[in-house]
Amino acid sequence: MTRTVIGIDLGTTNSLVAIMEDGKLRVIPDTEGRKLLPSVVALSSSGVQVGFAAKSRLNDPETIVVYSAKRLMGRSFSDVEQEIGQLAYPVENVDGLPLIPDPFRKRHLSAPQIGAMILSELRKRAEVALGQTVTDAVITVPAYFNDAQRQATKDAGEMAGLNVLRILNEPTSAALAYGFGAGKDGLYAVYDLGGGTFDFSLLSIRRGVFEVKATSGDTHLGGDDFDQAIIDQWLGILPKGVDQSRPEVRDLLRKEAEKAKIALSQNTEVAVSVPAIGLETTLSRETMNKWVEPLVQRTLIPVHKALSDAGVLPGEVDGVILVGGATRLLRVKEAVEELFRRPVYDEHDPDLVVGEGAAVQGDILSGSRKDMLLLDVTPLSLGIETMGGVMSSLIPRNTTIPTQAKELFTTFLDGQVKVDIHVLQGEREMAKDNRSLARFSLTDITPMTAGAARIEVTFTIDANGILDVRALDQRTGRSQGVVVHPSYGISKDTVREMIKESFQHAQEDFQTRMLIDSRTEATTVINATRRALEKLGPDILPDEERSMINKQLDTLEKAVKGEDAKLIRDETSALDQVTRPLAERLMNTSVQDALGGKSLPEPEREA
Amino acid sequence: MISVTDKAADEVLKLAKTQKAEGKFLRLGIEGGGCSGMSYLIRFEEEPGEFDNVMEGPKGIKMLIDPKSQVYLDGSVLDYQGNGLMGGGFKFQNPNATHSCGCGTSFAV
Repeated sequence: MTRTVIGIDLGTTNSLVAIMEDGKLRVIPDTEGRKLLPSVVALSSSGVQVGFAAKSRLNDPETIVVYSAKRLMGRSFSDVEQEIGQLAYPVENVDGLPLIPDPFRKRHLSAPQIGAMILSELRKRAEVALGQTVTDAVITVPAYFNDAQRQATKDAGEMAGLNVLRILNEPTSAALAYGFGAGKDGLYAVYDLGGGTFDFSLLSIRRGVFEVKATSGDTHLGGDDFDQAIIDQWLGILPKGVDQSRPEVRDLLRKEAEKAKIALSQNTEVAVSVPAIGLETTLSRETMNKWVEPLVQRTLIPVHKALSDAGVLPGEVDGVILVGGATRLLRVKEAVEELFRRPVYDEHDPDLVVGEGAAVQGDILSGSRKDMLLLDVTPLSLGIETMGGVMSSLIPRNTTIPTQAKELFTTFLDGQVKVDIHVLQGEREMAKDNRSLARFSLTDITPMTAGAARIEVTFTIDANGILDVRALDQRTGRSQGVVVHPSYGISKDTVREMIKESFQHAQEDFQTRMLIDSRTEATTVINATRRALEKLGPDILPDEERSMINKQLDTLEKAVKGEDAKLIRDETSALDQVTRPLAERLMNTSVQDALGGKSLPEPEREA
Repeated sequence: MISVTDKAADEVLKLAKTQKAEGKFLRLGIEGGGCSGMSYLIRFEEEPGEFDNVMEGPKGIKMLIDPKSQVYLDGSVLDYQGNGLMGGGFKFQNPNATHSCGCGTSFAV
């Protein structure tokens, strides 16, 4: 039996868990049949509650109710200072991090810890439903999430005891739920209007490769604002004497607004009746549309921005996927159809579709499906700078990830105790023409003859595209490393430009590379030969032979100063030729001495 | 210029048939860059990339090569050596390849 990999949509307002069972998508409900889990955690003297129970305590003054913690995920305090002003719970600056105080247990909680509580709850749901332990998961994040935010989400998963196999972009997830990627190539728009956030993405799918071409949105625009627009109108017709500032009044109005909104997706008019506050009226679809129209128009601003960023006309999009509960509003769907005039995908429940896609991805990763492959490739080559300022690639561009590459490097100078690892991305031959990703040093290398140290450099790219570079001194076992996200902060256009430049400069790059490499090789051979000559007496090296070697050394050194790569290579071979008899004699002596049990200085290596 | 021997072209056509890649383009190139770690690339592809050069080989085979690979492979001959106990394979005879590979492998200080 293959293991089950659960898919989780960890949302700002609501979260959910889904699985793929016998080729069918299934969102796992709680024991009361509710599919969503409010992303809310309540802290009180009586304990910690998650989900609906937590949400119901929103107006309880004795409880700290934490919601929208996703907005704090992976951010520093200064990043979210403005955001915090809009939250109804306290957030403190602890060493630069935004932490939520839990005075009942004398601790501070981070956003990933809050996330972990929500994830644990979902994990429990899945375990109850499946009757087995669940550890492997795919979790979705907004496409615009940076490295730190993705890592924080992953941390939250691990704190919840989950093995996070992949962090998946929400628009990609929605497309997967619709089965795109298996033969359905194209450019899709994902219009995601959630409870409190609006995200718009352009997603290109080509031969199984999903690529987010542009993202845009409004972090404070969602279904809640639509409700508020309706509430604001009703507040104006409430009988005098009703205290509008009371939270209970607002709650009643909010519930009624939600109800009316939903009813109006079916009917053209609804009766509105809240006797407790004396609200008796009717609301037509037409009137509601008029009220929310400014908000609908507001969503179109980021849509146009993303389209223009990607240089795409609305008609060039192959389809629009609707995500988020607020897209059920008929006016929203209509506005999207008017703008794009392309097919709109809304068959999947817009509240569930992202979580469902995560389950599809989980199913693919579990290995139970062979018909579909979610390919991700390195857009540019990755490597390090080596002697002479050239780039040595370890992972060529267009390599499918996850992947790993390992290569051995060595020191250039005698007694060298430190190597600098300069991680590069790009297609040019010279390091300086490529994109610098990171630098670090491996120190405390045992001083040795040049070329004797063995430094193993490993490049590992995980399924999320995160690159780990590690340098290991094989002799001491000491290692140093760095973690970077090579595709973060690099646009499709930049990639194209970098590839184009490598083509434009191919001829000169090739020549420079040949010259530098021939010089490096010649210098290595010259140094090794000089070192040998110093140590050897006339018993093994007659003067005549010595002067011949010296002469060729001079010739080669002169060639190295020139610009002719072929000449340098030829003179290097010539030096190789004149030292060959000596090398053979040395090898024989060392073998004899070794057999005699004597220790010897290490024989010089042939270059 | 890159030339392809008749024998190699025959093998390409044979492969295209078994891989159901008839009419597709044959990509020739190098990957990994530089001289150490550089390897040859040969595979079928659907269509030319934006910067690719398209060439016609013997027996009507269509080939793709990117401008950088073109420089590195200039003057090369693609041959196929079949039969033999050791098995056969495509071989690039490349005048630019030297024994000096493995050179650029020391670090900058």
